[in-house]
Amino acid sequence: MATFVLAPHSLSPATRLKDAAAVAFIALLLGIPMIGLTTVDSGGALQIATRWPTLLIFVGIAFAGRLVLRYGIDQFKAHQLTRERSSAATAAAALADSSGRTAKPALTWVAWAALGVALTLPIFFADNRYVVDTATTVLIYVMLGWGLNVVVGLAGLLDLGYVAFYAVGAYTYAILGTQFGWGFWEALPVAGAMAALFGVLLGWPTLRLRGDYLAIVTLGFGEIIRVILVNWTELSGGPNGIASIPRPTFFGLELKPPGDDPTFSSFFGIEYSPIHRLIFLYYLILALALLTNLFVSRMRKLPIGRAWEAIREDEIACKAMGINARNVKLSAFAIGAMLGGFAGVFFAARMGFISPESFTFSESAIILAIVVLGGMGSQLGVVLASLVLVLLPELGRDFAEYRMLLFGAAMVLIMVWKPGGILSHREPTLRYTADGDGK
Amino acid sequence: MSATTAPLLSVERLTMRFGGLLAIDDMSLNVAARQITGVIGPNGAGKTTFFNCLTGFYKPTEGSVRLNHPKRGLMRLEALPSHQVAHKAQVVRTFQNIRLFPKMTVLENLMVAQHNALQHASGFSLAGLFGLAGYRRAEAAAMDKAIGWLKRLDLIDKANTAAGDLPHGMQRRIEIARALCVDPLLLCLDEPAAGLNPRESAELNELLKHLAGDEGIAILLIEHDMSVVMNVSDHICVLNYGRKIAEGTPTHIQQDPNVIKAYLGEDDADEQLHAEASS
Repeated sequence: MATFVLAPHSLSPATRLKDAAAVAFIALLLGIPMIGLTTVDSGGALQIATRWPTLLIFVGIAFAGRLVLRYGIDQFKAHQLTRERSSAATAAAALADSSGRTAKPALTWVAWAALGVALTLPIFFADNRYVVDTATTVLIYVMLGWGLNVVVGLAGLLDLGYVAFYAVGAYTYAILGTQFGWGFWEALPVAGAMAALFGVLLGWPTLRLRGDYLAIVTLGFGEIIRVILVNWTELSGGPNGIASIPRPTFFGLELKPPGDDPTFSSFFGIEYSPIHRLIFLYYLILALALLTNLFVSRMRKLPIGRAWEAIREDEIACKAMGINARNVKLSAFAIGAMLGGFAGVFFAARMGFISPESFTFSESAIILAIVVLGGMGSQLGVVLASLVLVLLPELGRDFAEYRMLLFGAAMVLIMVWKPGGILSHREPTLRYTADGDGK
Repeated sequence: MSATTAPLLSVERLTMRFGGLLAIDDMSLNVAARQITGVIGPNGAGKTTFFNCLTGFYKPTEGSVRLNHPKRGLMRLEALPSHQVAHKAQVVRTFQNIRLFPKMTVLENLMVAQHNALQHASGFSLAGLFGLAGYRRAEAAAMDKAIGWLKRLDLIDKANTAAGDLPHGMQRRIEIARALCVDPLLLCLDEPAAGLNPRESAELNELLKHLAGDEGIAILLIEHDMSVVMNVSDHICVLNYGRKIAEGTPTHIQQDPNVIKAYLGEDDADEQLHAEASS
């Protein structure tokens, strides 16, 4: 098979430039409506203004980025090729193996870089509410994506109603917070447990369903929860939602303007600024998301995680191995729902106000798209897909009516180029090493 | 055969009916411990249905399947769900059309087979989540067991390769290795030699003899490859149209007129008998 592959590092500079130019052209086409044009409010009337320099920078970045990316891909492929040739005898098996090993350090590097950026972001943008706020939104989706990844990516149960658990978490906290005076931290585990309970509630009747049938039932479940929230006015406030939900506190210190009680700013003797709360919320969701990631990646390497993946691969074989498929599926539903519930609590605490409108089917679709586009089961893929799916609509904010179009086009493109998702590589949960046992 | 000891598995008057189709008709069979029992018959004779009834995938319409478990006593397999047949009764099966976990590595496949023990050791994930020593020991032991079988079945080079990427013959061996990781008392193999070349079949023969003789695992074997069945079986049961038409040692079965008739048809059987008579 190696003989058919043109040695990639021998690509001529002209070919590379042509390739990058093509990408820049696409960027230009996309960029004209998204970046080139913007609406300005001049005395009550909306007018269209142009931003050609910004567009030019954008296209330039796309061009340069593509060159670098292409070069990186070629280097990687060339590396792979030499490996392949050196072990021609066991080519087929070794390929799967070696590509895994070479891909890993690069991905680890990207993951650490992403973490570094995430940790330092508020320091660089301490005066920019918009950036911190958008980053918080991205992180909520990252967390939701990681939670849904357990159900869809690992256990292979197509869940179109994930937003229901997000809603259960949010409403549990909203009700506990406004009616019973619970704080964020006490409500967090309770709301998580509540969402997990709903996960089992959904999981139980759908145990025998697979694929499309399961998707339809979960879709219905998501809608049921939303319709209940709209109609059960005494509990949920109906379409008006629930307002003045308590904000999370920093070890008991509230982040609000100085008053009678000690607040965050008065305790630390710094001047009060509303951005403190935003940054605190950002770090809070970052911590929650990282905990989720740590939790899920550890679970994946435990027997239960392997059983989830085995259920995805072949349920009948699982039964023949003595695995109780019912418990395995329910645990996937429960854990996924619990993580969604945690994210919901955070959402309610961040917004201070929730209504059923925040929990529509399109939310479920976005979260599912994040998992599928990122590459089923891939943790880093979820981050990349969240960035794409949250930032893309943000960039196209002025053209709200075309957002979904753009969104759909981006998804189609990713699925054409990368049918398995942005990162479809699967890292084994354990390896055999020749010197005794594995790691 | 060894009528002195109680059989490991006794199937009595088993009947499986799918609507109007009688897939298994009043079948009885005893399987002795530490022996290889072959189940043969033409296509559609009900062999795989028999396995499905045995391992809890189908609920038989009538009849009983009793296992004489050395530790748990008498168990009624027809009343157990499939996962408990494997987990509690330690009756483990493979599939005619191989059912591995294709995207998981060979080693992971074998670890999944040890799920119940590991899940217990991981304290239903809590001890495992914090990496407690007890769980780590259990995981290392499970790895050792898996690696042990991989070495003996000559699969160790492929331990870290996705199972679905491997050639057919190897996948058959992996499926057997995976079943062995469940610690079977009775191993039910559904056409393990299908798609194997003669050399691989010969290796399979050796493996089966070793498992029954040295490891003391009773084997129930569905197979079309007569070079395997006749070679390794201690006892053979022949099915046709869901009925047991003959039972006995390989030599006995090879001469049974009913069996020859089932496989070769009436006229051919006559011809063969004539040929044998004239020679």
